[in-house]
Amino acid sequence: MSAQSFMPLLGRAGFIFLALLTVVGIGVPTLNLFTTPGSLLHVPDYVVTLGGKYLCYALLALSVDLVWGYCGILSLGHGAFFALGGYAMGMYMMRQIGARGVYGNAELPDFMVFLNWKTLPWYWHGFEYFPFAILLVVLAPGVLAFVFGWFAFRSRVTGVYLSIITQAMTYALLLAFFRNDMGFGGNNGLTDFKDILGFPVQAAGTRAALFLLSALALGTCFIAARVIVNSKFGKIIIGIRDAESRTRFLGYRVEHFKLFIFVISAIMAGVAGALYVPQVGIINPSEFAPSNSIEAVIWAAFGGRGTLWGAALGAIVINAVKSYLTGALPNAWLFVLGGLAIVVTIYMPKGLAGLFAGWKTFPTMPKQAIDLGEAAE
Amino acid sequence: MGAFRSIFTSLFMLIFVSVALAQDVGVLVDKLALGNFTERGAAISALVSSGSPSVVTVLQALEDGRLYARKSDHKVFIATPSGDIFKLADPLSNSDSGQAPKTDIEKIKVNNSLREMISNAMSSLTLFSKDAKVRKDAALAILKSGDASALPALEKAIAAENDTAVADIMRIAAAAATLKSDRPEEAKKTAIATLAQQTDRDTASLLTAYAASVSDPLRSQALAAAEKIEVALSTWTAVQNIWFGFSLASVLLLAAIGLAITFGVMGVINMAHGEMVMLGAYTTYVVEQLFQIYVPDASDYAIVAAIPSAFFISALIGMAIERSVIRFLYGRPLETLLATWGVSLILQQAVRSIFGPTNKSVTTPSWMSGSIDFSNGLSFTLNRIAILIFALAIFAALILLIRYTSLGLQMRSVTQNRPMANAMGIRSSRVDALTFGLGSGIAGLAGVALSQIDNVSPNLGQSYIIDSFLVVVFGGVGNLWGTLAGALTLGVANKFLEPFAGAVLAKIFILVAVILFIQKKPRGLFALKGRWVDA
Repeated sequence: MSAQSFMPLLGRAGFIFLALLTVVGIGVPTLNLFTTPGSLLHVPDYVVTLGGKYLCYALLALSVDLVWGYCGILSLGHGAFFALGGYAMGMYMMRQIGARGVYGNAELPDFMVFLNWKTLPWYWHGFEYFPFAILLVVLAPGVLAFVFGWFAFRSRVTGVYLSIITQAMTYALLLAFFRNDMGFGGNNGLTDFKDILGFPVQAAGTRAALFLLSALALGTCFIAARVIVNSKFGKIIIGIRDAESRTRFLGYRVEHFKLFIFVISAIMAGVAGALYVPQVGIINPSEFAPSNSIEAVIWAAFGGRGTLWGAALGAIVINAVKSYLTGALPNAWLFVLGGLAIVVTIYMPKGLAGLFAGWKTFPTMPKQAIDLGEAAE
Repeated sequence: MGAFRSIFTSLFMLIFVSVALAQDVGVLVDKLALGNFTERGAAISALVSSGSPSVVTVLQALEDGRLYARKSDHKVFIATPSGDIFKLADPLSNSDSGQAPKTDIEKIKVNNSLREMISNAMSSLTLFSKDAKVRKDAALAILKSGDASALPALEKAIAAENDTAVADIMRIAAAAATLKSDRPEEAKKTAIATLAQQTDRDTASLLTAYAASVSDPLRSQALAAAEKIEVALSTWTAVQNIWFGFSLASVLLLAAIGLAITFGVMGVINMAHGEMVMLGAYTTYVVEQLFQIYVPDASDYAIVAAIPSAFFISALIGMAIERSVIRFLYGRPLETLLATWGVSLILQQAVRSIFGPTNKSVTTPSWMSGSIDFSNGLSFTLNRIAILIFALAIFAALILLIRYTSLGLQMRSVTQNRPMANAMGIRSSRVDALTFGLGSGIAGLAGVALSQIDNVSPNLGQSYIIDSFLVVVFGGVGNLWGTLAGALTLGVANKFLEPFAGAVLAKIFILVAVILFIQKKPRGLFALKGRWVDA
């Protein structure tokens, strides 16, 4: 497909975003691997890891934006889907450690030996195979979202009620994963990974590949999301966001549309988590913390709701600021994040994307798509 | 007249007997000086069965190695070294009896079996102490050890006891000791019957252990008694669980009730509600510190002063938040949620910067510490009772305020129909600010109560916010009675699940149950009646 036929699908801003993503996705790993350290063009290793992490956050923000910005579902539990994807990948990498663990048990991960367990729990079987783990990366968040959404949307739990119960869901999972008896490493989570598909996780080559994969995943999900929201299906989704009852009266099964978009979004979050874990080298229950999910919503709001690329950009900008501030002025970070949440909701309802839009309007972006004023309830 | 005379006679007899006893005891004490360990043991037994309270001092001295015998006349003294010579004191009266050089006296030695005998004897002797609490503790010690040799002393003590509560414990201890003694079967049957009246786990296990060591009919009788106790115990456990549940419910109610105002009445999702609670707790801490500096004598009443202070500080900050943030977001609940979450982060970090990240502890005033204990192990701590009463008082006050005051009337009218309320001359923006201030102030009051049972830390509010939201949503938004019912249900259910599932799993069950419940009844337990349509 030529760039010309991409334009109406992506919008000009989306096209610029994707072009930038391609440049960064290929450029950063190349400049890291093929230039000598110390040269002007060299990208240090920590930047690759940090950047890869930001890309995963960007994908999480994108998934939040897909349900919130386009369907009006404010999920405060997307961190749970992210963490579940991460745990599925973490379990694969745990099994890859094999006999190289501290206790040298080929069958059981270290924490199970430590807990004096004798056999592998049934739900750990299969995770030695990468394709199985990838399947679970998709299935675990997908099935949870399906079951949760099926109940919630069918009984027409909307607005803040839905937000509160999604928050309760991730909180319940947080408590559950903290328990040692659950068999997911309890408090410490899963860590000490050695390699993924035979490549050592610490190696520069693996890091660069993971960065490239994260960029690829973000780009693919972005295009997929754009395809969804630009389709007839997407129009109905937006209709639901702006007037749920009216859409229902027009004869659409609102709960089915919502459920579909919710599950797609949860899977995207799960993929983000799965790419995140090998890059940071640990997954623990704190990823389920309700505040993480709210933070992801703030990224999307800051970047610009209902734009997809804005949400991704918001995640990257906020996390870059966070990385800088938590190092330079640790006390200031929460003031900044909190202030941001207030300023964005009151003064910048369209986020960063709105700032750009004020300076240049996007022909492919319908105005009401970002005008969310009285949308919910 | 006859009655008078008999009292007089017995009084006379009593004085006479005790004088005689004192003389006897003196002789018995001196016997400690003579003979080998076996004879010394006999002398100790004789001393113990005299039942005289002063024997305790003698035995204590003997155990500590402070008891000496004078070589010249074999009289026994408590000796304290002072240089080369020893000061002598009469072991019974503790009166000064001169002094003696080291060579003139000899320490009375004890071996391990005598030591054990002494410590057993001490617990039966303290049965005669003047202090009722010491007597009670002695009886409890015997009940625990089931020492059969203490039986004669116990029976004497029961006869002499005039505090019925202590006498009851002594009777139980005697029954426990009887089981281990070589008394006839009839006495043991009576003992089992006495023990069967008890409801505590120790007695039940004592009876079960006893049943294993004897044959029928005593065995079956003991087993039946143990069974009876177990049944009674499970009832008491249920009572205890209900109490714990009520206690948790009162905490939930306190945390949620302010939210029920801001969320339920105004429709504002206030994620900073937990921080209002936290500010109330810190206010309590500050007020307590101020009291300790300026009026240390009255620091027990700091908490009374903290109640209005916490209310006003939280209310003022709440009104400031409403005026500066929330009023721009009315009708946009999701945005309100995000903005107030931002406020909560700022408040947490501000408190952390001012007071430091470590936990502060607020001391519980003396009139609120302690507990009401029952003999069957049931125990209600006073601070929990105070919190329960406090929560109910706030709830009642709030109901009355909304129903009978003009502010309450205005609040209700603005909730029901804002334009109409405006048309009737109600300044709805002022009512909004006051309502939000009220909700926040109540959160501050919750903070005062929570500071008594929880650590005061910048994260205090975070641990309550999700629970409070669930309580409000579960109970039905916009309905204070629903909030009460929600808090009670969740609190009691949680505490009943805990023994089976453990604290964390119980909490998870409750969360899942509430999530499922909301699917069934999206408007909560007590939904407001009426018709509405979304969007």
